[in-house]
Amino acid sequence: MDIPYTSKPRPDTGLYNAKVGIWLFLASEVMLFGALFSSYILLRIGADKWPSGLLNIPIGTFNTAVLITSSVTVVMAWASLKMNNFPKFKLYMGITILCALAFLGIKSIEYKDKFTHYQVWLKDGTTQTGHIEGNPYFLNHNKLDARKLDHIMFRSDGGHVVAAAEHGGNAKGGHAAAVKIERKDIQRLSAYVPAHSTYFAIYFTLTALHALHVVGGSLVLAFFWGPGSKMWKTDPERFTNRIEVGGLFWHFVDLVWIFLFPVLYLL
Amino acid sequence: MQATSHATHHDHAHADPHHEELGFWRKYIFSTDHKIIGFQYLLTALVFLMIGFGLIALMRWQLAYPGRAIPIGGALLERVLGPDMVGKEAVTGKIGVIMPDLYNSFGAMHGTIMVFLAIVPLAFGAFGNFVTPLQIGAPDMTFPRLNMASYWAYYLGGVVMLISFFIPGGAAKSGWTSYSPLATVVDAQYDINGQTLWLVGMVLLITSSLLGAVNFITTIIQLRAKGMTWMRMPFFVWAQFVTAFLLLLAFPPLEAAGIMQLMDNVFDTSFFLPTGLVVSGKPLDISGGGSPLLWQHLFWFLGHPEVYVLILPAMGIVAEVIANNTRRPLWGYKTLVYSVITIGFLSFIVWAHHMYLTGMGTKISTFFQTTTMMISIPSVFILSCLFISLWGGSIRFNTPMLFALAFLPMFGIGGLTGLPLGFNASDIYLHDTYYVIGHFHYVVAPGTIFGLFAGIYYWFPKATGRFMNEFLGKIHFVFSLIFMNAVFMPMFVQGMAGMSRRMYDGGATYSLEKAPEVIGALNETVMRYNISITHAAIGLGLAQIPFIINFFWSMFAGKRVTSDNPWQATTLEWCTPTPPPHGNFLKEPAAYRGPYEYSVPGAATDFTPQFQAEKP
Amino acid sequence: MAHSHDISKHVRTYIAIFVALLVGTVVTVGLYYVHFNSVAVTIAVALVIASLKSYLVAGFFMHLNSEKKTIYAIMAVTVFFFFALMGLFIWSFLDIPTPKGL
Repeated sequence: MDIPYTSKPRPDTGLYNAKVGIWLFLASEVMLFGALFSSYILLRIGADKWPSGLLNIPIGTFNTAVLITSSVTVVMAWASLKMNNFPKFKLYMGITILCALAFLGIKSIEYKDKFTHYQVWLKDGTTQTGHIEGNPYFLNHNKLDARKLDHIMFRSDGGHVVAAAEHGGNAKGGHAAAVKIERKDIQRLSAYVPAHSTYFAIYFTLTALHALHVVGGSLVLAFFWGPGSKMWKTDPERFTNRIEVGGLFWHFVDLVWIFLFPVLYLL
Repeated sequence: MQATSHATHHDHAHADPHHEELGFWRKYIFSTDHKIIGFQYLLTALVFLMIGFGLIALMRWQLAYPGRAIPIGGALLERVLGPDMVGKEAVTGKIGVIMPDLYNSFGAMHGTIMVFLAIVPLAFGAFGNFVTPLQIGAPDMTFPRLNMASYWAYYLGGVVMLISFFIPGGAAKSGWTSYSPLATVVDAQYDINGQTLWLVGMVLLITSSLLGAVNFITTIIQLRAKGMTWMRMPFFVWAQFVTAFLLLLAFPPLEAAGIMQLMDNVFDTSFFLPTGLVVSGKPLDISGGGSPLLWQHLFWFLGHPEVYVLILPAMGIVAEVIANNTRRPLWGYKTLVYSVITIGFLSFIVWAHHMYLTGMGTKISTFFQTTTMMISIPSVFILSCLFISLWGGSIRFNTPMLFALAFLPMFGIGGLTGLPLGFNASDIYLHDTYYVIGHFHYVVAPGTIFGLFAGIYYWFPKATGRFMNEFLGKIHFVFSLIFMNAVFMPMFVQGMAGMSRRMYDGGATYSLEKAPEVIGALNETVMRYNISITHAAIGLGLAQIPFIINFFWSMFAGKRVTSDNPWQATTLEWCTPTPPPHGNFLKEPAAYRGPYEYSVPGAATDFTPQFQAEKP
Repeated sequence: MAHSHDISKHVRTYIAIFVALLVGTVVTVGLYYVHFNSVAVTIAVALVIASLKSYLVAGFFMHLNSEKKTIYAIMAVTVFFFFALMGLFIWSFLDIPTPKGL
């Protein structure tokens, strides 16, 4: 006996197997992201102050638009197959994959910006945000000690002068002047990395997990676009089902982002 | 009844146009056949069951004889795990004392291995895989390759867990619950420590369970044979169906928690670490702002449904075996079905009764206390239905039936001793004592494991074409029953006397002998139980030897079955050839009636199988 | 295929939804620069817009508006447990007694 209902729907449920499978998988995904969103809420309730405005909103908005576009093109790709138009399917699916790559590219630029953006807590109780001369990645106070650095050259975001530093740095075009901050004055130094605060911890966890879903989804869709599309010739009905199932996952990834964007960027 | 000999169905298999000869690797190792995968799960999980037992045996030695070297293998253990883990006796210098760190590792890994690597894979992976498609008349699972991926994810998870014993610092040592902040700060001097590997292993195991759950639910929804309506499904299938939903929806929050704890351990975040955390007198260099309670909530959101993941499949097996061997229909089939669904629902909203001691508010505690009491109602329904099913039956006392019968009172004890733990007030006294250990082991060890043994003896003839030996089976049963009770019954007394569950010396520090000034110090009798329990545990281990011999001997030399339906059962798995070929059924099966039509008045035999067509 | 006429009607819906989603995004971001006095209102408005957008995606792109009963049953169970998880979590955190009743 062969496994039935791989492409034809089962009469009493009206569904083919993979569609039940993907919805069950999405159900578990709902619980996964549900737990993370719950954690977000609880961390935020428990926080003394919750930072806002640390992310780049125009870039985030643009990326949202990119993902929404990919969501509509993937459903158009499926509709094209339904209308028996294979070349159009290729076109729409191609756009979807390009959008996915664009999303990931933009996201990684955002990540890179965060990894070189620093906050320094000084022993006098004040704190500064800005960049360190040379834009090193992932520096922190422990690494300063490990590398035996007794000061940093800090270019503050606001441009106002840091009290602890008497010696002005050399000014560079457009930016505030870099000032020297002695290691002995530094309480804590951290880039905008997960260890910075629970805000960035949950930001990176949620967005990285989401990005992994984008990577996984785009690999599957790329397979359907490329070598997997041979099935269109042998079993068009099953191939259309595959595109529908892949599309369902892709819409879900978009759906998660629809909540992630306001929650992390705007609120 | 067609009695298919080996030769005939071999021919059938070749006549099948879709059949192709697979090589050894594809047939037995990277197989997509649900029966082979079920067998892989069975063997792997039994090995982990033995490893898990071995760990606790060593711990029990330390509890009975604190500071004494283990009698055999001490030097070897020291060679493998190093002198930090296995020490020397103070007086004699004999090598083989379990050191505190190793004791903690063993404790954490005993729980992890038993729950996630032994019982769940046995109950869900092995029996679910082997029996469910056969009982609903499906040719295989819906997604055979996913099924294979699920097994190999489980296997990898197990390997990662085992490797963690041999890295610097040893395996995870914060209990199977891995409470933060302990789980993050312990062994923090190692970049990759046991806890990190534990989390990686768990993510693999969770992935495996999720893939399995998707596959099971889809199979049950989509691949039921003609006439196999929902209310004609055997109770075992219902139990697996609900179990799969529990895994599907309860595991993802633990996966989320695991990812966050991994972030805490590897990337120094503070998801579960509060502000101002001080370790060994030094403030920890973290951002703070996290919540240790968050971990506990996420963990127990899985942890409690997990209890029902452990017990429901065993209930399903017991129901099948009881119906078959009383030769009567199950009493209250619909009650059983609705009860199991209710349990499934309620099991998601009782979790915080594990957390009464965390200082939850009274309102929320009352809520969880109420739901906890509510969930005992459907559990009692199920147990009552199974008990009443025995009434007036002419019972066949074969080995599977003995295990199934023993399941009932053993699970009953386990369930009833849980009530004081569900009540807020009594739990505050009993929390984290040996009483808790006794309670949940009664549910899982003489409960679930007996159910699983019943299943192994019951379906062995279908899987291999040979019976297991009844005499060895009965020896296995009698001694297992005696020793199980000798191990776990005294723990209730110890717990009520106040013995904490995690003490390295078995409470000797707080015994009357060593600390007479301590109020409520443990008396001699309670302390002596430590020794008797350990002896019983060794006896329990020895009692499994007949089973191991029986299992492998019967596979090759047991009594051959003469019919495809040797137990004269009614469900669909008994109309396949023995053992079932790839694709299971020779012709499309159909269910013509309910699953338990035994002793139907006026019928020719005392069983009317589901696959027997209506008389024309 | 047989339903190609239906499908082309669908396609027009998809385009309309696409535009609606983009508008929703712009509105959400726009409201960020309008400062409401209350944090609760800000959060509520953002979440309402996000919920509407997700309804459009789930209902039309994922065809949830015209799905089979089995799918509805699965998702109903999931949504129930999703809210059980989130609701009980928040309740249990708000119910932690503090010495001064903070």
